[in-house]
Amino acid sequence: MSGLNIGVLAVQGDVSENIMTTKMALEELGIEGIVNEIKYPEQISELDGMIIPGGESTVIGQLSLVNGSLKQIKEKIESGMPVLGICAGMILLSKRVKDRVVGDMDQPLLDLLDVKIERNTFGRQRDSFESEISMEKIGIPKFQGVFIRAPSIVETGKNVDIISKFNEKIVAVKQGNIIGTSFHPELTDDLSLHKYFVNTIRSKN
Amino acid sequence: MIPLSGDVTNSKGIINEKIGSYSIKRGTSTLKRGLAHMLKNGVVMDVTTVEQAQIAEDAGAVSVMVLDKLPSDVRKAGGVARTASIRIIQEIMDSVTIPVMAKCRIGHVYEAKVLQETNVDMIDESEVLTPADELHHIWKWDFTTPFVNGARNLGEALRRIEEGAAMIRTKGEPGTGNVAEAVTHIKNVNDELRRIKSIYDSGDEQELIRMARDLRVSYELVEDTASLGRLPVVNFAAGGIATPADAAYLMTLGCDGIFVGSGIFKAEDAKERAQAIVLATTFWEDPDKVKEAQKMIDERQSMLGLDTKNLELKMQERGSTA
Repeated sequence: MSGLNIGVLAVQGDVSENIMTTKMALEELGIEGIVNEIKYPEQISELDGMIIPGGESTVIGQLSLVNGSLKQIKEKIESGMPVLGICAGMILLSKRVKDRVVGDMDQPLLDLLDVKIERNTFGRQRDSFESEISMEKIGIPKFQGVFIRAPSIVETGKNVDIISKFNEKIVAVKQGNIIGTSFHPELTDDLSLHKYFVNTIRSKN
Repeated sequence: MIPLSGDVTNSKGIINEKIGSYSIKRGTSTLKRGLAHMLKNGVVMDVTTVEQAQIAEDAGAVSVMVLDKLPSDVRKAGGVARTASIRIIQEIMDSVTIPVMAKCRIGHVYEAKVLQETNVDMIDESEVLTPADELHHIWKWDFTTPFVNGARNLGEALRRIEEGAAMIRTKGEPGTGNVAEAVTHIKNVNDELRRIKSIYDSGDEQELIRMARDLRVSYELVEDTASLGRLPVVNFAAGGIATPADAAYLMTLGCDGIFVGSGIFKAEDAKERAQAIVLATTFWEDPDKVKEAQKMIDERQSMLGLDTKNLELKMQERGSTA
């Protein structure tokens, strides 16, 4: 088997941080692979795994819809490609979204992760916070959670595993090949979640 | 990757709290600079009303900046330009889901505190408004809310970062619809970055110390910046951007994203233009896509703009020596 081909959706948001973190995770695990920016639909079919990064979910969703990437990504995930959605990325993966202040949202979504998300659940930027959290279920007992205008999960379907909670709010989930987090592992120097994701991709290939 | 560290040791903006059994921190550099990282490759649009804010959000703006007059109207009106009406800022915060920014006057600590209490997501200490202190900018480490500041060159940018700015933008010449000054400013910054990086790479510590004295910032910050070869925070282009091609051009010069002031809502085709500028910012590497974006607008509906050579008021000079 040749190396893994991992893509980071590069429409808008903190793309380079995820590329760097994934490359470091590959290196520490001693797994061969490449990590590239993905902007156009024709780049998607070759991927073994994908990260949808943090940013503004409305922007990433609309632009991916306009250029045809959204449909390609959806088909690829449905065919089993592992995907990690971070903050805005998790919102994009979900089926239903509301905003804490504005209410139910009608924004382009991948409609795959069977959860309802509340955007800006902890408040505005001044309420953003860092806290230690745990993802015991996937073998990461301690992790620094960086929550920036973060969403939380308010309803989960029956196939959704809860991986992490912060003060009773669900902040990380897993549904088959899909992982979603409210917080930003790429803004810490802890590689453990990206390593877990890379291992998930490897086990599928 | 751009580092997220850089707190001063006695930063009053960091708050330690308990939520349930969790010990949390707010206002750290990671959180402040992190918000700017989430805006990368996006367009921040100046707006004055709820309707404009919604048009901006629908067009794909990554954030809106609330003013009470667009920069070109500030220029026409003269007099003293101050922070926007809090009521309008709040109405906009209640009607869009993207981050909301607002401007305070340079050095006006209390306008900034009022904006922080209003809960805006980022404060722009801006030369578009009339400066309140010619000698000092705000000491931004005292705030939990992140700040963005304008700069025309590397020295200004690093001095603002040293004061706690979580994000930098070029100043350009606001309210002119003329991109020339923004182009000059980003090129200045890039040239100076290349210069300090080559000094750093050559190992000439004495020359790097001399550069730090020239730039009037600490040696440590110059050394960190030189080793990175870029500004240690996210850097957007601003000032005079009016068309998709303007935005795409500034992205090719290495900017992380775009602020559009008067360029959208002073044009007669605001809605199409807002969408077109977003497309051009996202797909700036692809001239065909930028052409498609440019086709969405009508040059006859662009704001007329001003020649920056003979301006009576150069907003970019405000606060530049401090």
